[in-house]
Amino acid sequence: MKAHVLEGYRALDLTDDKGCLCGRLLGDLGVDVIKVEPPWGDPGRKLGPFYQDHPHPEESLHWFAYNANKRGITLNLSTADGRALFRRLVETADFVIESFRPGHMSEIGLGYDVLSEINPGIILTSITGFGQTGPWREFKPADITLWALSSYMYVTGDEDRPPVWLGYPQSYLHAGLEAAAGTLTALHHRQLTGEGQWVDVSVQQALALISLQNQQYWDLAGFSPRRAGRSQQRKGVRWTLQRQIWHCRDGFVAFILFSGHLGAQGNAALTKWMAAEGLAPGFMQQIDWRTFDPQSDDISEEQYLEMMDALDRFFRNHTKAELYEQAVKNRIILYPCSDMGDIRHDPQLAARGFWHTLEHAQLGGAITYPGPPAIFSEAGCGLRMRAPLLGEHNQEVFAGELGLPREQIMAYREAGVV
Amino acid sequence: MPALGDIKIADFTWVVSGPLCTRYLADFGAQVVHVETSRHIDPARTIPPYKDNQPGINRGGYFHNWNCNKLGITLNLGHPKGVEVARRLISWADVVAENFSPGVMDRLGIGYEAIRKFKPDVIMLSLSSKGAAGPYSDLPAVGMHLAALSGFVHIAGWPDRDPVLPFGAYTDSIAGRFGAIALLAAIDYRHRTGQGQYIDLSQYEAAIQFLVPPLLDFEVNQRVLGRSGNRLSFAAPHGAFRCRGEDRWCAIAVSSDAEWEALCDVMGRPAWTKEDRFGSLWGRKAHEEELERRIEAWTVNMDAEEVMRVLQEAGVPAAVVATAEGLHSDPQLQSRQHYRKLEHGEIGLSTYDSMGSSLSKSPAELHKAAHMLGEDNYEVYTQLLGMPDDEFVSLLEEGVFD
Repeated sequence: MKAHVLEGYRALDLTDDKGCLCGRLLGDLGVDVIKVEPPWGDPGRKLGPFYQDHPHPEESLHWFAYNANKRGITLNLSTADGRALFRRLVETADFVIESFRPGHMSEIGLGYDVLSEINPGIILTSITGFGQTGPWREFKPADITLWALSSYMYVTGDEDRPPVWLGYPQSYLHAGLEAAAGTLTALHHRQLTGEGQWVDVSVQQALALISLQNQQYWDLAGFSPRRAGRSQQRKGVRWTLQRQIWHCRDGFVAFILFSGHLGAQGNAALTKWMAAEGLAPGFMQQIDWRTFDPQSDDISEEQYLEMMDALDRFFRNHTKAELYEQAVKNRIILYPCSDMGDIRHDPQLAARGFWHTLEHAQLGGAITYPGPPAIFSEAGCGLRMRAPLLGEHNQEVFAGELGLPREQIMAYREAGVV
Repeated sequence: MPALGDIKIADFTWVVSGPLCTRYLADFGAQVVHVETSRHIDPARTIPPYKDNQPGINRGGYFHNWNCNKLGITLNLGHPKGVEVARRLISWADVVAENFSPGVMDRLGIGYEAIRKFKPDVIMLSLSSKGAAGPYSDLPAVGMHLAALSGFVHIAGWPDRDPVLPFGAYTDSIAGRFGAIALLAAIDYRHRTGQGQYIDLSQYEAAIQFLVPPLLDFEVNQRVLGRSGNRLSFAAPHGAFRCRGEDRWCAIAVSSDAEWEALCDVMGRPAWTKEDRFGSLWGRKAHEEELERRIEAWTVNMDAEEVMRVLQEAGVPAAVVATAEGLHSDPQLQSRQHYRKLEHGEIGLSTYDSMGSSLSKSPAELHKAAHMLGEDNYEVYTQLLGMPDDEFVSLLEEGVFD
């Protein structure tokens, strides 16, 4: 088996349910990630959905999802002994990742200054709603409120209803990507200079980056875009609404009537298919799709709308799978609006060997997980182990690596340290 | 030296995901040469908004924010000598990044296997929509198609309505950052082993990493995540509430009893809040529609900023639903210097986003506005690649730099 890309490095992951993606990604790349939980368990263990809908701290699917590829130990950092053990682990680590509120690490004597004294190469990565500095650093973050501030909500949703978020918490996942990228950037700096540093990640800024297209409307054109449902507002010289989401027989598909080179082949094939079912207006069959431009005088506004109606009727006659299959065959630039089941059964993902099954012996079975985000030709990247049970690797780490005698570990256990 | 000051990148990417990926590395000091051609203009140059609503290939905002800090050249890869020059650029670089349709780089003679012959330790990233290989790889896509394919469209919007479209190129942002992470990992691998490699990154597979819990929910519980507007199973109230003014909203999220009590205090504890049915999360979920109506009756007469202020003071997560205009006056973003101004030859000063992480010793820096088409040709060809002036002129005349 090939070595993993970042094999040989170690991360101590103190994050709660919000910061867990960063450690998971480092784990995928081969870093030895040790999740450090309080003895009563990480709050992420209480998050649903649960295995067979059975709420239990060892059966959270959210926990499984973002804590795979990590070993797990328990350590009570509010005790002096717990902090002393943590400091010993810092000597062996390359990265510490945390998502406490700003200032918490310093308050418990584990701020960057302390950690870098123990290990000058240590890279501390902190993930918070608003960052470690600034007037709002103490504000309470929540997924939907962070999306609200990013302006992303203002442009998402139906005009006659409140702005909407993306339907499932994702803000801390964007921050997790920023955190992983920042951590590895700091690693390269360390390769060049030998020194570690502090990486301060703000979820708010991570989301501002997701909305970067939006801020520019105001900056360049003095305009704040509004939400437009299944269409997208576009401005050439004048604003137009372009329909992008369409009904089909068993759900929805995404399709834009592209002009020029991109749409030429597929639009012609789609028109032919529509014509075969008697649904292509005569003028549509006459269009030269290689030169078609919906903004020009080639086509009247009435004809354009008639064509949109024809497309709508046609798509409703077919399923997502039928439309996607023909799209792939004939280069029609159309995609299904997949649900979780469609993704699980997507032939492309199956052909690429994307899915990966991990044993969960304590559940008496195995679970198939989505695979890695990238394929490296010379090194491994992907799932190696399921998320840890609470304190599963205490013995391995405290006895095996720190060399604590058995009686000492027992004493720590009784004192609530581990 | 900046964190990535020793890294050189030959950037053959265009549109969104690739340029976003290489911009991350450029912000931390990598020297990125972005290759374009005037024969086939990067669509990002012709997507509005344009500066002052005047279209022009150097005026499109998206291109700017995705391509600052890079050197920009034009190179005609349809010309045999163009491919020869591309090989020289690749020999100069440590990293090659591209996001053409699968197979294009191979057909040009600068695919991974061909490059490896003259540059054995090259790191090459192909950032495609659905992977470099596979039965569905060849169908082109833009951002919204992949947001649909990856499941994000299906779950966004109201349960009684059609799904809504996530704004912009949502999955490109995810894949672009995954691309930077993958490159940084490969760069470190080469630093330790001397070995380069090829990275096949599918935007679709990268985006799915954000939906692992609902995918596992389908896998083990056969549950298909649907649309729920702004609601979340373990919080109530959880949504955007109308405030004073036109289309002004404040988002509020209450996920603990302590936050609920604090919210009741701020609202002045009206009688309805004392009813048993609102006293527990379970009860609030069961009567969520009425709960939302009652809360909106309180917010609707206040400014969104005021609702945010009083709730945050009480420890309740709340935030205005900002507009594009509002982003520019956000005091926290200002304090963090998230937005920076750079001077561009044609459109003057404009606003660029910086990165989501602040590094204490080697921070990201914004130093160069996005390039005008072919802006850095002379510098790159003659200085970086050491091309003699007479060769530069003759290749220019032959259309190699179109």
